[in-house]
Amino acid sequence: MIHSLFAVYYREMLIMRRRLTRLVPSWSVSPLLYLIAFGYAMGKHVEIDGHSYMEFLIPGLIAMNSMTQSFAIASEINIARFYWHIFEEIQAAPVSDFSYVAGEVLAGITRAFLSTCVILILGLMFGVTLSCNLLFWLAILLNSFVFASLAVGLAMLVKSHGDQVLLTSFVITPMAFLGGTFFPLENFPEWGQRLVYILPITHAAQAIRSASFGNIPPISSYLVLFFTGCIFFFISVLCVKKAKD
Amino acid sequence: MIKVHNLNKIYKSVHALKDVNLHVKSGELFAYLGPNGAGKSTTIRILTGLTQPNSGSVSLNGFDLKNSSIKSRQQCGLVPQSINLDQELSVYENLTIHGLLFRMGKAERNEKIEELLNYVDLSHRQQSLVKELSGGMKRRLMIARALMHSPSVLFLDEPTVGLDAGMRRKIWALIKKIQQQGTTIFLTTHYIEEAEFLADRVAFLDTGTLLVVDTPSNLMTTLGTWALDRLIDDKMEPIYFNSRDDANHYIATHKESFTLRRVNLEDAFLSMTGKKVK
Repeated sequence: MIHSLFAVYYREMLIMRRRLTRLVPSWSVSPLLYLIAFGYAMGKHVEIDGHSYMEFLIPGLIAMNSMTQSFAIASEINIARFYWHIFEEIQAAPVSDFSYVAGEVLAGITRAFLSTCVILILGLMFGVTLSCNLLFWLAILLNSFVFASLAVGLAMLVKSHGDQVLLTSFVITPMAFLGGTFFPLENFPEWGQRLVYILPITHAAQAIRSASFGNIPPISSYLVLFFTGCIFFFISVLCVKKAKD
Repeated sequence: MIKVHNLNKIYKSVHALKDVNLHVKSGELFAYLGPNGAGKSTTIRILTGLTQPNSGSVSLNGFDLKNSSIKSRQQCGLVPQSINLDQELSVYENLTIHGLLFRMGKAERNEKIEELLNYVDLSHRQQSLVKELSGGMKRRLMIARALMHSPSVLFLDEPTVGLDAGMRRKIWALIKKIQQQGTTIFLTTHYIEEAEFLADRVAFLDTGTLLVVDTPSNLMTTLGTWALDRLIDDKMEPIYFNSRDDANHYIATHKESFTLRRVNLEDAFLSMTGKKVK
């Protein structure tokens, strides 16, 4: 199992290495624009819970970015499936569905970690230093586990690359803006707060922000992310089985 | 050895395979011939575990595809119809990934890569990106990749489609060489001359039904040895003869214009189905 898991992961890493000079700038553009527009220009005089808006924003951006980058593995899978037909090569090999999903999820997590490093460097350029402790990285790991697992499952269900774009618009974009990434959830009415706590990104943003300020994040956030990730992972394994026709 | 028993596949309202039964012997080069849409690729997809049949059973070297799918997948190599290489990776990287997928160790993998790239005459392109290769090179690389884990059964789905005549002949020579080393080869094609040149036995498939399985010579000689093509109402109609003399005699006694040629598998297919393979 480990052998085939590594094969799937290694393939994604080789492709990523080849594209790295294009990927790093693309990982930097959106966060940089958010930092300039919201953090520097608009939020200059805003303070939230004793932190500057820039300090508040960067952990949110990391939560959002680790979500979008781990979810982006779905596009890679679809390119391999619909354009290059590589998925057939993997299906014809003695690779279990579990190993395939695990390899792709691991690749999604790696993307999320690398793009997080890019944001941390951008943060340093704006004079923001966060506490990158173990709980901080654990929250990013679980967040990217959730969304990479979701990505693999959805990539197996869609029938074209166009469907994938639609899913991103309907699933990822709303979460990116509503999950406490850009503003404190206390600004929502109570019913709204209850609603956004259903979203895994809300728990990720909360845990990442709390850890990066040097506090102990609520364990419930980690548990929600872990169990949601496990559910998505096993659904993805079933979806790979279903995709065989 | 491949054993197929009562295989059926239905896609929505299309019955793509109807009770197909096959027995391909060890070391045999078996050609599966039929027009587009006959069910050739569907058969290969089922035999390699890419598609689930609606009913029927398949065993590869004694391993049941349903109950021991991982073991049976280890037995076979697949060269699909469409080029499914990682275009952004190098020749070496593509083969390495395949070796990893088939659980090969590093030393074994590197040794096999070197051997196979020599075999398919691509050792000078080891570090080239796949997107920089020509169509014929990509086809050869796909064959090398399918042979990486030393499969006992090799499935070739239209391996020469889209290639020029010269490159097609090079691939044929390569396929013959692979068979001579003891590999069982299951080949689908709609090129008549490919099946005639390569196959030990040929199966005719039309609209999902297996019509006949026999040697190319047996299939052809049932009609005769020579054929005369004559044009009737804008359609070529062949007439078959057992000897060239009989055919020449026919030409001498008729005023129409004819083309004399040897009987081929296309004639055998035409006489059974009323339609051409291509």
